[in-house]
Amino acid sequence: MEALDIYQRLTGQFGARVLETVAKKPDPFCVIDPAAIVEVGRFMHDDPALAMDCLSNQSGVDYKDRIEVVYHLFSYQHRHGAVLKVKLPRENPVVHTLEEVWKSANWMEREIFDLLGVTFEGHSDMRRILLPEDWEGFPLRKDFVEPLEYHGISTVRESPIIRLDPKHK
Amino acid sequence: MSLLNTLPDYVLTTKTDELLNWMRKSSIWYMLFGLACCAIELMHTGGPRADIERFGATPRASARQSDLMIVAGTLTLKMALRTRLLYDQMPDPKYVISMGSCASCGGLFQLAYSVCDGVDKILPVDVYVPGCPPRPEALTEGLLKLQEKIMTERWLSRGSANREDVSAA
Repeated sequence: MEALDIYQRLTGQFGARVLETVAKKPDPFCVIDPAAIVEVGRFMHDDPALAMDCLSNQSGVDYKDRIEVVYHLFSYQHRHGAVLKVKLPRENPVVHTLEEVWKSANWMEREIFDLLGVTFEGHSDMRRILLPEDWEGFPLRKDFVEPLEYHGISTVRESPIIRLDPKHK
Repeated sequence: MSLLNTLPDYVLTTKTDELLNWMRKSSIWYMLFGLACCAIELMHTGGPRADIERFGATPRASARQSDLMIVAGTLTLKMALRTRLLYDQMPDPKYVISMGSCASCGGLFQLAYSVCDGVDKILPVDVYVPGCPPRPEALTEGLLKLQEKIMTERWLSRGSANREDVSAA
């Protein structure tokens, strides 16, 4: 099935909860109501015509006015894929976890939480995955300011020759 | 004129400190410890072609048996604390080789939020080996430089005062 046919099928099933379908090549996507993401995910996983058995990638993007979580789905059975997005407010980005549908969401959601601060409701282990546990802030957010030191280790390299760092200017 | 000239040919004379240094420099045991791609070159250096075991340098799996820490690779802030812990576990006299650009100054990843810009921010470094990553020949040269340095030390007469020179440098 082509991606656009998949989105059409979703729109037929969920109506207005599929907010938008964008046919832009090479990666068409559709935007889902964040409240409906588990239902949509469950449907795409269980529906025999879609049979999306693999959540191949899940990522987050900071667009300054909103944060998006992007789901790349793939079906090994039908050899087709689809991209879903949810748009979340920047102040308090919360969306329900898809862990119960695809187990692989567990670590990817932890990474999005780690780097962008999106909280996944119902996640079994919502901790940082890469950064140290005492890290402050979410470094992939556009407004993240790097602290000047971490545990007494200065994060600025003083160099008389190379002045790559804007902090020196 | 002196007693020395009256000795037979098979008697060798030296100073105790030099004898100690000669033994120490010929058995620099380095910690089996790598952080990134430099660790691959480190493994080559221990392998049959460069073979730094010719100079008595052999990898040890425990910090408590090591004389030398070769910091091979990008040091993240999270790893920096653990590296310091490993260094503290090594018995004196101990040495540090900073291998590659990343360990020396943060290298390519200097401006990244998670990278410690140089291992010299947390440990006293004896020898810097430039390169990205340095070839086994370069690391071997670094080891030979360290041997030269060891030969200049006077542990018997000066003791731990040798160490202060390093921290001040």
